[in-house]
Amino acid sequence: MTSLKTIMLTLALGALPLVSSADEFTPEDEQRWQQQFMDVVKQGRELWTSPTLGSNGVACAQCHPNAANTHPETYPKFQKQIGKVIPLWEMINWCLRNPLEGTPLAADDPKMIAMQAYVTYERRGVKLEPGKH
Amino acid sequence: MSNIDQSRRNFLKTGGLLALGSTLPISLVELAFAESSQNFTFAYISDAHIQHIKGNRFVRNWDMGLRRAVAEANLLTPKPDFVMFGGDLAQLGSKEELDHGAEIMSALKHPVKYVMGEHDYYLDLGAYWEKLFGPQYYSFEHKGVHFVVLNSIRTYDDWTHKRWPTAEQRMLEMAGLDNPNGSPFMVGDEQRKWLKEDLAKVAKTTPIVVFSHSPLQKIYKGWNFWTEDAEQIQALLKPFKKVSVIYGHVHQIQYNQIGNISFNSVMATAWPWPYPQSYAQAEQYLPKLTVPMNRADPFFERDATGWQFINVANGNVDVNFTLYNNSDRTVRFDTVKKQPRDQAYQDEKARINPQRHY
Repeated sequence: MTSLKTIMLTLALGALPLVSSADEFTPEDEQRWQQQFMDVVKQGRELWTSPTLGSNGVACAQCHPNAANTHPETYPKFQKQIGKVIPLWEMINWCLRNPLEGTPLAADDPKMIAMQAYVTYERRGVKLEPGKH
Repeated sequence: MSNIDQSRRNFLKTGGLLALGSTLPISLVELAFAESSQNFTFAYISDAHIQHIKGNRFVRNWDMGLRRAVAEANLLTPKPDFVMFGGDLAQLGSKEELDHGAEIMSALKHPVKYVMGEHDYYLDLGAYWEKLFGPQYYSFEHKGVHFVVLNSIRTYDDWTHKRWPTAEQRMLEMAGLDNPNGSPFMVGDEQRKWLKEDLAKVAKTTPIVVFSHSPLQKIYKGWNFWTEDAEQIQALLKPFKKVSVIYGHVHQIQYNQIGNISFNSVMATAWPWPYPQSYAQAEQYLPKLTVPMNRADPFFERDATGWQFINVANGNVDVNFTLYNNSDRTVRFDTVKKQPRDQAYQDEKARINPQRHY
């Protein structure tokens, strides 16, 4: 019985195409992934600088040029007016609701991911300081 | 601490404004005039960015900032001799925005003079603004001080006239602070020639105050905290004994001293901007003297915005910043050190935590 299982398993595995192991990604792979990331950053910047997410023509970049003063490296952190520790996307939603008079986005909305990618990219190289005020 | 005496008694004297006053946390300001009757004050309001949505709708936030500044400036005692508006009355330079801004400004009980901002200019190159407010650059005398108003937000002719398919597109490109398609601000040849001739008629001992929208110094090009021909303008001002430059655009408190010239920025009524060093990817040159404002709290929409009244004492300028959600700040010219000085926070040891958050 056991031997039959082993044979079945071996056959099944043999039928699989060759997969590369984890230590075998190439510079081309890295470039492709970087490109994917930068495409999302670019989408994020477009959303950041356009009024499409709000209802009143205001854009994020109006108050946060180059996403400055958003401090993504300090999230999650305690926001005293919300009264608890929140991640960056909740703060972005606060801005979408208030200055932009728009509708908040789901945490996994591609637009929300793009904006977080852009904001964080603009702060690359800055020390991580979760919780800092 | 400062010569500002916050007084409720005076507020009650201005009973006529109670209807408005009761909805605004107004702080009334009284100036203690130290010495000569030559001192005078004027109020300074800037960067309202009145933004049209559609039909009769405007962005409420920016409207409220300007309305509040106007209401409070009306309550100043003693009354300021005049009010300056430092540019960017509109967000995208449209007739609707300029008209709506002019309407709000019309509630001021003092004479008003205007400086051109890039948001007022790049749609029709100031044509409608001129109809409302007069020439784009000019000078005037007041109580022994020579005032100059410059349009310091022009740029290269090619960019202005040849680069963009429509006026609307040109306006949008200049409206973004961090836009790589933008172009550096400058005063330009025409106005520099005019300025040279204008200053030739003024005695070297006459105090000069220059109003511009961009800083007339080079701080951070990426956000156009910048004037391309700053050095040439500074050179024209060099022969005079006392020169102050007061500029808007930066939506934050800055001050500096370059040779004989004191520089003071004014705040915005619309929204505060981060200090350029909070952008981690670029070199910038915030004036060393500047003590940053407290980090703005986004949960109070008026935080880090405000207006200022300016005391011209002996030809030097003292700027009193009225902040809506923080302690007021006073930047006074220090006659011993010959530079502007924050009365509360200039010493490193006097800084508070929220000022270090950039």
